[in-house]
Amino acid sequence: MAKFDLTDDTVVCIIGSGAGGGTLGNELAQRGIKVVILEAGGRYETQDFINDEWDSFTQLAWKDMRTTSGSWRVAHDFANLPAWIVKAVGGSTVHWAGASLRFQEHEFKTRTTYGALPGANLADWPITLAELEPYYTKAEFKMGVTGTNGIPRLPGNNNYKVLAAGAQKLGYKEFHSGNMAINSEPRDGRGACQQIGFCFQGCKSGAKWSTLVSEIPKGEATGNMEVRPKSMVLKIEHDAAGKVTGVVYIDDKGTTQRQKARVVAVAGNSIESPRLLLNSASSKYPDGLANSSGQVGRNYMRHMTGSVYATFEKPVHMYRGTTMAGIIRDEAHNNTKRGFVGGYEMETLSLGVPFMAAFLDPGAWGRSFTSAMDDYPNMAGMWLVGEDMARETNRVTLDKTAKDANGLAVASVHFDDHPNDIAMRNHGYAQGAAVYQSVGATRVFNTTPYPSTHNMGTNRMSEKPRDGVVNKFGQTHDIKNLFVSDGSQFTSGAACNPTLTIVSLAIRQAENMAGMMQRKEI
Amino acid sequence: MRDIDRRTTVSRRVFLRTTAAAPAAASLAVGIGISADAAWAADAKNLTPHVMATLVKVARDLFPHDNLADKFYITACAGYDALAADAGKKKLLTDGVAELDKAATAKFKEANYLAVNWEADRVSLLHGIEHTPFFAKIRGDLVVTLYNQKDLWPKFGYEGASADKGGYINRGFSDIDWLPTA
Repeated sequence: MAKFDLTDDTVVCIIGSGAGGGTLGNELAQRGIKVVILEAGGRYETQDFINDEWDSFTQLAWKDMRTTSGSWRVAHDFANLPAWIVKAVGGSTVHWAGASLRFQEHEFKTRTTYGALPGANLADWPITLAELEPYYTKAEFKMGVTGTNGIPRLPGNNNYKVLAAGAQKLGYKEFHSGNMAINSEPRDGRGACQQIGFCFQGCKSGAKWSTLVSEIPKGEATGNMEVRPKSMVLKIEHDAAGKVTGVVYIDDKGTTQRQKARVVAVAGNSIESPRLLLNSASSKYPDGLANSSGQVGRNYMRHMTGSVYATFEKPVHMYRGTTMAGIIRDEAHNNTKRGFVGGYEMETLSLGVPFMAAFLDPGAWGRSFTSAMDDYPNMAGMWLVGEDMARETNRVTLDKTAKDANGLAVASVHFDDHPNDIAMRNHGYAQGAAVYQSVGATRVFNTTPYPSTHNMGTNRMSEKPRDGVVNKFGQTHDIKNLFVSDGSQFTSGAACNPTLTIVSLAIRQAENMAGMMQRKEI
Repeated sequence: MRDIDRRTTVSRRVFLRTTAAAPAAASLAVGIGISADAAWAADAKNLTPHVMATLVKVARDLFPHDNLADKFYITACAGYDALAADAGKKKLLTDGVAELDKAATAKFKEANYLAVNWEADRVSLLHGIEHTPFFAKIRGDLVVTLYNQKDLWPKFGYEGASADKGGYINRGFSDIDWLPTA
């Protein structure tokens, strides 16, 4: 396995090892480019994962302090946990459910399609679906997405069967067990899904694609990539000309180190990535790196989410089997007759008893709540995932008082639903209830959004430097050898789970970054 | 379809192992009821038996499951005695119980919270303190310490870890048999 010197200024230094950073690292390593990945979390392999919700949360979740504000209920119920994401090698691909969907064409052109929505800060992406399609194809092959490349779909579990029966009754047309980056048959050196049911806790069979089980070991095998776990980056440094020169980080022994680099790529998820750029402010860049537009941290998106759970007369056992292998896509299209722009997916979801108690209705107590828990085995569940509207005021900033263990300001996340988000969520709640009531639900629960698992948009792509942070290749408008490689690049969030698009962008970015390096542009 | 047996089948060994912080006496609580005279309450070192017993009663009133024996609520509250080694936490818990007792006397002319007979009446007292730090603390703790007990999961038809059993691929992941067919 490669080991690069701290003073080696020919390496590409990637901050974060998730969908963006892990994929970029492997793609560069395959092209013979030297890569150092700094990952804040520890390294846990497939056999280390725990089939227990709270124990797994303790092992994998990003629990470092963050603060919140705004009218979203998360700020009240989980004031220091705005997001449920991972701090470990593999990042949130360790925890993701595997749903791998492409954006629709209009979702790259939200400003053009939806118009100037009051209270929103919409912009078109500087790329189109047609430009990204070849990379979606590569990503689907790399990740082994079911329903693509001739890969059979997963068998539907009990929770899916309830969803599908309801969809059929309602006259929905497009529903199936999903496009999942989970092996339905052995592939790429990994086995088939065993229907374990703890997809969020790290897949213990290895059937689910993650950078931990795929990109990272493949990149390491080239001899061109080094991953350093428990390495928390504090600051990105630059020279007098303004080019970035490397990063300062705390290593696994608690020692402060400085890694030199030819290129720095930030991929710490949409909360840590803007935090790092802001915390790297200098006399040359007093508002933080790559922030001449003032857009770093702004336009934070988290999807219009919500869940619908329902109880039935007879058992469902929704927790058995692949958590999210089930989808209804009929509401994903842009149909303004429903009273909102954009659309949403309905995807199967289940929680175990410990998490159901914590998340069904946070803060609830008494018999209304406990009678719902009593019916847990008879419960089915779905998650609503819809496009939320970018707003300048939905924003990651540096907390004015709270500091982390290294004395750096923690991230503060402010979020208010746009009226369009609320209208869409109410529509989703009603349609979700109708799905379940059509097959005999006796009681339906509208569950409020969980701490964010999809975090997007805080360093967005834009055609013009004044409208965003990075260009169409994820290269910052302000600093040529500084890139953003995670979901914070997203100009819009679309109706679907973001990982496939993050991976596709990372493959495309690697290709372009390698070209720029070869041409000595960076 | 494969359903699971929701009757209590507590293995004493598992019970003690998963509740290391709980007084062993909790397993003897069946039939005694929630009372300051019970051994698990009397064994408390930092809190009085009365405070311990009241916390357990509050736990049941917050999260009432009539198919759960008291021992699950006793286990959920077991950590409070150790927590009360901290003077600030001890004051929060003791003052919170005192406030509930005072309200029980004022509203129902009873000696204390435990003496209020009807659940609905006790719940009305809990509503009266719903916005206090004491309430937020115990509700937030108990929703984890109650529902995170492994030996309680079968009572809710939940099977817990499955990877060690080969997942559900051959154990009923798709065995639902009552759905209407189109």
